[in-house]
Amino acid sequence: MSQMTAKNEPSTFVKNVKRLVNDFGLPRLIILTLFILLFVMAGIYDMNLPSFFGDVLRRWGMWGILVLAMVPGIQSGIGPNFGVTVGIVGGLVGAVLSINMNHAGVFDFVTNPALHTIVLALVAIAIGLALAIPMGILYGMLLNRVKGSEMAVSVYVGFSVVNLFNILWATFPVTASILILPATGRGLRQMVNLRDDFGGAFDEPLRFAIGDMTIRPGLLIVFFLACFLMYLFTRSRLGMMMSAAGSNPSYARASGINVEKMRVLGTTISTALGAVGIIIYAQSFGFLQLYLAPLMMGFTVVASVLLGGATVRRARVFDVLLGAFLFNGILTIALPLANTMLPDVPGVPEMLRLIITYGIVLYALSKVKGGR
Amino acid sequence: MHEKYVLQLEGIRKAYGENVVLDDVSLRVKPGEIHALLGENGAGKSTLMNILFGMRVIHDTGGYDGVVKISGEEVKFTAPTDALAAGIGMVHQEFMLIPGFTITENIKLGREDTAPTVASRIFGKSLERLDREKMDGDARRSLDSIGMGIEEHVRVAGLPVGYMQFVEIAREIDKLGIKLLVFDEPTAVLTEGEATQLLEVMNTITQKGIAIIFITHRLSEVMDAAHNMTVLRDGELVGTKPIAETNLAEIAEMMVGRSIENLGIAADGEESDAPIAISVRDLHVDMPGERVRGVSFDVREGEIFGIGGMAGQGKVGIANGISGLFSAEGSVTAFGQPLNLSRLGEALEHGIAFVSEDRRGVGLLLDESIAYNIMFRVMTTQREFLSRFGPIKLLNRRKMQQHADDMIKLLDIRCRSGRQKVGTLSGGNQQKVCLASALTAKPKLLIVSEPTRGIDIGAKELILNYLTKLREEEGLTVIMISSELGELRSLCDRIAIVADGKIVNILPPNATDAEYGLAMSAVSAEEAGKVVQS
Repeated sequence: MSQMTAKNEPSTFVKNVKRLVNDFGLPRLIILTLFILLFVMAGIYDMNLPSFFGDVLRRWGMWGILVLAMVPGIQSGIGPNFGVTVGIVGGLVGAVLSINMNHAGVFDFVTNPALHTIVLALVAIAIGLALAIPMGILYGMLLNRVKGSEMAVSVYVGFSVVNLFNILWATFPVTASILILPATGRGLRQMVNLRDDFGGAFDEPLRFAIGDMTIRPGLLIVFFLACFLMYLFTRSRLGMMMSAAGSNPSYARASGINVEKMRVLGTTISTALGAVGIIIYAQSFGFLQLYLAPLMMGFTVVASVLLGGATVRRARVFDVLLGAFLFNGILTIALPLANTMLPDVPGVPEMLRLIITYGIVLYALSKVKGGR
Repeated sequence: MHEKYVLQLEGIRKAYGENVVLDDVSLRVKPGEIHALLGENGAGKSTLMNILFGMRVIHDTGGYDGVVKISGEEVKFTAPTDALAAGIGMVHQEFMLIPGFTITENIKLGREDTAPTVASRIFGKSLERLDREKMDGDARRSLDSIGMGIEEHVRVAGLPVGYMQFVEIAREIDKLGIKLLVFDEPTAVLTEGEATQLLEVMNTITQKGIAIIFITHRLSEVMDAAHNMTVLRDGELVGTKPIAETNLAEIAEMMVGRSIENLGIAADGEESDAPIAISVRDLHVDMPGERVRGVSFDVREGEIFGIGGMAGQGKVGIANGISGLFSAEGSVTAFGQPLNLSRLGEALEHGIAFVSEDRRGVGLLLDESIAYNIMFRVMTTQREFLSRFGPIKLLNRRKMQQHADDMIKLLDIRCRSGRQKVGTLSGGNQQKVCLASALTAKPKLLIVSEPTRGIDIGAKELILNYLTKLREEEGLTVIMISSELGELRSLCDRIAIVADGKIVNILPPNATDAEYGLAMSAVSAEEAGKVVQS
């Protein structure tokens, strides 16, 4: 007996490793290994680890809600929403209007500076949502007409919308000089400094530091709250119906669920989260980036959620938390590390970012099973 | 010298692993003969034809035993092209035509006549031009020979279905040296007029000495057109007879046979006088492959009503139409209230639960747990298993698990726990989960479609017994749709037999095999009555 078990041991060990790889997912495993490797290297090169870690946390919260926007899309069956940029531009319009109103003195009645920034950010979010929701509904209706090729269509919808809004940015009738391109006197700037507006609205409150590590609880609370609300939604009747419509449309139909409506709902929530996400992103970044800046954001967030273990047919809130953390963790540490290790080669982190982004998207697409 | 038989199959035996699908089957066809090959679904007709055509599936699974002779010579085809070269052709049930090509091009596809050109003299035969005149001429001759007046240069796209069938036939007889043609359910998609025309064409073809194997389920066509017939049942040869020496009733009996021996018969078929549970009037369902063309029936409360018939005849479509999965027309009244067939979830809200024949597609969420699957439909339609959490209602996991545990015990679902994913269960246990899900809705009427398809005997018995128990203890009304006639006869009070999308007859379970066979072959009740009496 003992001989037999001894013989079987290596095979069960291999099996266990295989199961672990299967359960955890190969890309997650590779990226996690890379992340740990980078951390160790950073330590070896005697770099400031606590400071890096603070940055990782910040970027985690910055990108978090945008990555979260992938969950309702995937669950409702439209797949990874590359066209989340539809929501992003909606949010940007909200931000621009909010800034413009601020400089016109509309919000002067809020005298507390911290509260003032938060009000500005919330107004930006509200206007963003008011725009993103109808756009999301239209976008969802479009995706219902192109069933089977949602991914390709969403990529091009994203591209088109970003470029369409370029026209808007170039002609936007605003009065605040901080928004206007100084050279021409009309049209918006590429980059708007948010220092006097809602920059740091959620980052600054409660901010504290442990040594070199800066923690921004406000930002993380907003992110976690959004994740928690999304989790609650997936446990509600509507959320479960939406998820069934995505994972098995025939089953959903047999359960009396209108699959088309659920897909529109998922697309709309995703788009709305895109609008909220970009405000959170911008307030933390400190600048509002217009024109082509959001063009490839869809790819970054899709890659992040896939990295977290989501597939094009299934995504959970946990995948968002893990994916956003790993993706941003690697980039945050790779940047200074590459500068230290390869001081003469410029642009290594950017290359790394693109390789990871497109590599992950490619990997996920190769995993898509034929048919539906 | 002229051989007596164009085709001889002698002692053919074929097994997939342990499972014997053909055992000692023989078939002899003379030149110019129309030989009908009959049998229920799964009797072995297709396997026999696959052997004849040397299809790969046969060789990949270990070949066959027995002898195939063409014109007296023993052959062993290993690819369909061998069979074609030996002069055997097939007219397919689904048309193998290219819609954008003309009739001529389709007839000549792969066998085009060509004429030399300048380029071909230098670069070889592949650059020769098409000899359209010759091709058109040949196509015309083939079309004329089957009495089809349509112009040969018309595109196939947009032709009526019947014409496509004739183009297929023209293509087969255009092949040189064709000796034997297999017609696989050629009339299934045709209108009555077209079918009559087709039978005439078959007759014309045989006058040229070409033999035909005619696979069909319509016995009246066999009586009209065939010279001889062979019946298979469960992979065995039941018999071969000249049509002149037999009659409809006998053929029907041969087809259905003793398939119910071990199950017994449930009831006497008396319709009770209980109130009507569901009343269906002139129901049409547009379900591809299972079209329903106007059925009407009533099911009384507490009854188990069976719907049987061959695959593809529409019996499954009835259930899918009532449950709103495929677009349907007609009127359905359930427990006195009319159903809006175009509204999703309407049936569920009227107390009708449906267990689909497509377990993995329609019946289950394979990535979710057993417990989740069991409660899902009730959660969406009746808003149960939810509990208030602040301003919103969320899933009550504890209640869900508890209910799942009850159901697992009740239906003996073999699993590790209610948290196991449904996709990892066996077919029988998946079916039990479907049933549990349907019963959770506390339905007044349960429609089960093919409840025993693809599941093992143990699970089959349990499910069938449970259906009976539900009826007896809870007074549940059941509509059961099944391809297994034996199963229906052992369980149901009355059985409707569907053919060509219509109910041919509603029979008591103790009706004779002949009556069932006739009904399944679309011979109506009045006609059958005449046949049985005579």
